[in-house]
Amino acid sequence: MSPNLRIAFRFLTAKKRAMMMSLSCTILGVGLFIVTQATTSGFESFFIKTMIGSDGALRIVDRIQDTMRSMGVSGAAGIQVRALEGVKYLEGIDEPRRIIEAVNEFAGVLGVSAVLKGDVQISSSFKLERAQIFGIDLAQHLRVSQLARKIVAGRLEDFGKSPSAALMGRVLADRLQLTVGDSFVINVRGESRRYRVVAIFETGLRDIDRTRLYLDLVEARSLLKKPTGATFIQMNLDDPKRAPALAARMVEMLHHNVEPWQLREVEWLQTFRALRISSAITVTVFTLIAGLAMFNTLAMIVIEKTKDIAILRSMGFERRDITQIFLWQAAIVLAFGAVGGALFGAAVTSAVEHVPLTISTLFKTDHFLVEWNPWHYVEAIATAVVMVMIASLVPARRAARLEPGDIVRGTAQ
Amino acid sequence: MSPVTAATPAPAGDLVLRCTNLHRHLGQGEGRVHVLKGVSFEARRGQVDAIVGPSGCGKSTLLYLLGLLDQPDEGQIEINGQRMSNSDDLARTAARGAHIGFVFQFHFLMLEFTALENVLMPMRKLAKLAPGAMEARAHALLGSVGLGEKTRRLATQLSGGEQQRVAIARALANEPAIILADEPTGNLDMKNSAMVFDLLTRLAKDHGQAVVLVTHNPEIAQRCDFTRPMRDGLFV
Ligand SMILES: Nc1ncnc2c1ncn2[C@@H]1O[C@H](COP(=O)(O)OP(=O)(O)OP(=O)(O)O)[C@@H](O)[C@H]1O
Ligand SMILES: [Mg+2]
Repeated sequence: MSPNLRIAFRFLTAKKRAMMMSLSCTILGVGLFIVTQATTSGFESFFIKTMIGSDGALRIVDRIQDTMRSMGVSGAAGIQVRALEGVKYLEGIDEPRRIIEAVNEFAGVLGVSAVLKGDVQISSSFKLERAQIFGIDLAQHLRVSQLARKIVAGRLEDFGKSPSAALMGRVLADRLQLTVGDSFVINVRGESRRYRVVAIFETGLRDIDRTRLYLDLVEARSLLKKPTGATFIQMNLDDPKRAPALAARMVEMLHHNVEPWQLREVEWLQTFRALRISSAITVTVFTLIAGLAMFNTLAMIVIEKTKDIAILRSMGFERRDITQIFLWQAAIVLAFGAVGGALFGAAVTSAVEHVPLTISTLFKTDHFLVEWNPWHYVEAIATAVVMVMIASLVPARRAARLEPGDIVRGTAQ
Repeated sequence: MSPVTAATPAPAGDLVLRCTNLHRHLGQGEGRVHVLKGVSFEARRGQVDAIVGPSGCGKSTLLYLLGLLDQPDEGQIEINGQRMSNSDDLARTAARGAHIGFVFQFHFLMLEFTALENVLMPMRKLAKLAPGAMEARAHALLGSVGLGEKTRRLATQLSGGEQQRVAIARALANEPAIILADEPTGNLDMKNSAMVFDLLTRLAKDHGQAVVLVTHNPEIAQRCDFTRPMRDGLFV
């Protein structure tokens, strides 16, 4: 052990109570930082996972029309035109097959599925509800969503067996008081067709579970009178973080508007982000307090140990050594504080994870959501290190500046 | 670092410490006092000097200057022929560690450490010996001041006189060329005073170290090679 580290240890143990105080502040600061990050990002990552799991990481939504050609196509029936910053978007996709082929060429695309979407009214013998039907090719769609894992009643295998088979969202089914096997009627543009619930799914995102109904793509085409085309093409990526970059490349190559998930749910994502940052700022205050406690402890030790400082200086310890002795003390407290804080944070996080909590507004969960992420620990410890070390620098340098002659005469301040 | 190291005993009589015309003022404003008024002094290897004089005449102030713990307002200090009074903090610190052993008037041990650790401290800083050799030397030094039995005691568990003897052992740890001791026997009974004084004189004779001590004890002053009476900031 270096002489400076050895001395630092002794100085600390001589001031046990103050040292324990800064140690507990450090543990608290690191621990609470970890817990808040784990919980806030827990809800966020649940939301993101569910959202990507339901609606894919990327969606090709509209065709981009350069203004030169717009006249020729705008006459086509059922296609609306809207302008955005000089670029025109034609809603929907005319040739899904061609796009799917092209998209499959991109590296990182795990699955592609064309979806035809339409607003309808559903009536059971009890009630009438608005809903959105999603016409899908089940095999393709299972490769771009986690639908298979979200079935809470019925059997997914029955979906392909008959054109009247339907997969219904949990909340929608509850409202219509339908269970697996029950039949219902879809009304669209004056026409009515009868379908049967073969399975009920629950994604956890309330918006989806309340309005969505999956039908076979062929049946949906016939019902909505759109024999070709798709409303959007949904994709699944091996790395969802790359969605924006991939989207940009696809826009250029396919001349379609490609929407990454980060853009699709931008309001919620920004809300979560703001929440995470604001809670990080709040808990940084705790590490600030840890820094202040350390400052206080060291300032006290400096005052109490001025004579020792004079003795050390008289036997050849440099100013630098004195600074080091005091920074070592901060480092020792930090080392124990980091380990203790990480353990404390992990313990509280796992306790919080078991707290029952019923949410069913934005998404549905029955317990507190946490994310186990090693980076939270790194961030928490790094913040504490920065705070405590900066706070320690002041007393450490003050100690180093003391003149041995002033100390022994008692005129040091 | 000075080329001369304490470990190589030089012939007695060599000049190791010289100061000329030292002035030191203390206090500020109205309370500013001219404490040292042009002190000149020399210390030679193998020689024991006693500085005597009434309380408040400036003995400790002079010793702090000679020990490079303080800086003069005017005048020169040379250690081993090197001018130290104008050198920077690092050079003075290095000289303190390698060439000077200081015994404070008020014993000044580090209280969280044992007697042994206190004596080891300057050796560990200088790091010239192997750890085993340091321990052996520390034990020997504590034995020579009569504390061989109490090496593992914390400084707080030692009496005033015992602490003072540990401080003396510590001052000798790095075999400094110059030993400056401010009333090293102030807290000691006759027997221990004699032992400490004998140790210091023996070191001066055997290892060619220069010893400068401040004392109020006329008997001890008498037994030194030279006695320098001081009055009101000047040698008389
Ligand atoms: N900070 C200070 N401000 C003003 N005067 C001071 C200060 N410190 C010491 N003095 C004065 O300097 C003079 C010399 O002090 P010093 O400690 O050197 O005396 P001394 O000879 O060692 O005395 P003693 O034998 O009592 O130890 C004293 O008169 C003292 O009053
Ligand atoms: Mg004195």
